[in-house]
Amino acid sequence: MIENIPLPATDDPVDATFWAGTRCGELRIQTCQQCDQMRFPPRPMCPSCQSQESYWQPVSGRGRVWSFAVPSSPLLPAFEKLTPYVVALVELEESPTLRLIGPVLHSVGGEVSGVEAKDVRIGAEVTVDFKRYSDDVAMPCWVLGK
Amino acid sequence: MLKDRTAIVGIGETDFAKRLHDTEWGLACAAIKAALDDAGIAPSMVDAMGCFTQETTPEFEIARSLGFGDVHFFSQTAHGGGAACGVVGQVALAVASGVANVGVVWRSRKRGDPGKRQWAGVQERVTDHWKWSRCQGLLRPVDEIAITARRYMHDFQVTREQLAEVALTQRAYAANNPKAIMRDKPMALDDYMTARMISDPLCLFDNCLESDGAIAMVIVRAEDVNTATQQPVYIHAFSQGLSPQHQLMTDYHGDDPLRSSSYTTAANLWRQSDIQAQDIDVAQFYDAFSPMVLYCLEAYGFCGRGEAASFIANGGMSVTGELPVNTSGGSLSEVYLHGMNLLSEAVRQLRGSADNQVAGARSALVTTCDSTPNGALVLRGA
Ligand SMILES: [Zn+2]
Repeated sequence: MIENIPLPATDDPVDATFWAGTRCGELRIQTCQQCDQMRFPPRPMCPSCQSQESYWQPVSGRGRVWSFAVPSSPLLPAFEKLTPYVVALVELEESPTLRLIGPVLHSVGGEVSGVEAKDVRIGAEVTVDFKRYSDDVAMPCWVLGK
Repeated sequence: MLKDRTAIVGIGETDFAKRLHDTEWGLACAAIKAALDDAGIAPSMVDAMGCFTQETTPEFEIARSLGFGDVHFFSQTAHGGGAACGVVGQVALAVASGVANVGVVWRSRKRGDPGKRQWAGVQERVTDHWKWSRCQGLLRPVDEIAITARRYMHDFQVTREQLAEVALTQRAYAANNPKAIMRDKPMALDDYMTARMISDPLCLFDNCLESDGAIAMVIVRAEDVNTATQQPVYIHAFSQGLSPQHQLMTDYHGDDPLRSSSYTTAANLWRQSDIQAQDIDVAQFYDAFSPMVLYCLEAYGFCGRGEAASFIANGGMSVTGELPVNTSGGSLSEVYLHGMNLLSEAVRQLRGSADNQVAGARSALVTTCDSTPNGALVLRGA
């Protein structure tokens, strides 16, 4: 069992630009060059028009909690140490079918650990914040409020 | 059409336990041999094989252990809990079409050891679609289902007391099943309500068991059934399903994340079936996590959306209820074998030999995991 939090590979050409964006404090969503439809998670083809050309559109980082989970034991050691914590699935303001998962932070720049179920509710407004997990991973997280 | 052209004529099971000494390979062999004995068919007659991609023993090792002859068809179905009905359906298609004559399907699994939990094997770097959820803290399958469960319970005002009916009913079934791992562990509502949370809103008893065992089945063409010696259960309808924008387990990216691949499977299953939802006598719904039973009741049309909790209230899924469900105790209380025990229980119900026998059962629905690419079967008794 690994000791630390598992990290996303950030060098895959299909989503490297997403992670480059989070490193500079920007949430970017892959968008079709031909029909302008945004899609998440990133993939090589647009499901609406089958174009393989895309660009990355910065979005507001605001959204609403669609749902959330409060994991508890047994977990990986690194997650055990964080309990209690909340992981939310958030619908982005730009389109409700764009949904991203992220831990909920106490406050802007705050901790993942210490957030409880009673602190979060379905429908709550949240704003993205980025937490450095490693040199290459700035994880999008959610802070309650606009 | 596949309709009634093939039949399950043998089922074989090992013991079920938190820990068995035999290997997955050995357990697979024992279950397949027991299924062939049940069918009265010699291993040398088998020429089609179907299993899960997650099976650790390759087909050739199984074939040369059991002494199969020339094998003409082998297929594997992916996605763990979503696979069982696909495994059976694909072999049935091969047998019905004449590619092969005698098929065996199996699942052998040792997961009683907590060290074998799949999530515990997550690597330092995640390269596939799990990078969007596991690194963020949705580490385990239960966390992934907690997301949809909380939203479902919120949208349809379902309480934990109502959800408890699934675990409580299945535990009561297990009490009558000598093979069920939880047969001697009665559960009351208070036990459920005070159980520790694993991923709020899901508690310990909303989770399937971690267990060891193997189950196998034998499939032949209907015209080859020997009714003097065999008890056939006919494969009446089959479909797999993968809905638009589906994503394995974290199926959150479609227009409506509560509309799972089960809806895709159900529509195509009922299209092919003379037996419709209202005609089904007993159902076996894949139940790695208890909310999946509610999801399946709605997706397969036994009640409207958001109505499943009312449907199962007050014993609705018990043996005398509106629709008896998971009558062996299922994955929550009998054994967790990626749903193969749900299939063998459906066969027993239609043979009239189940421990919790539904009086006069003639038709059964078996489903697989709501949250993965999945499949389902309608089975018909002789
Ligand atoms: Zn497009």
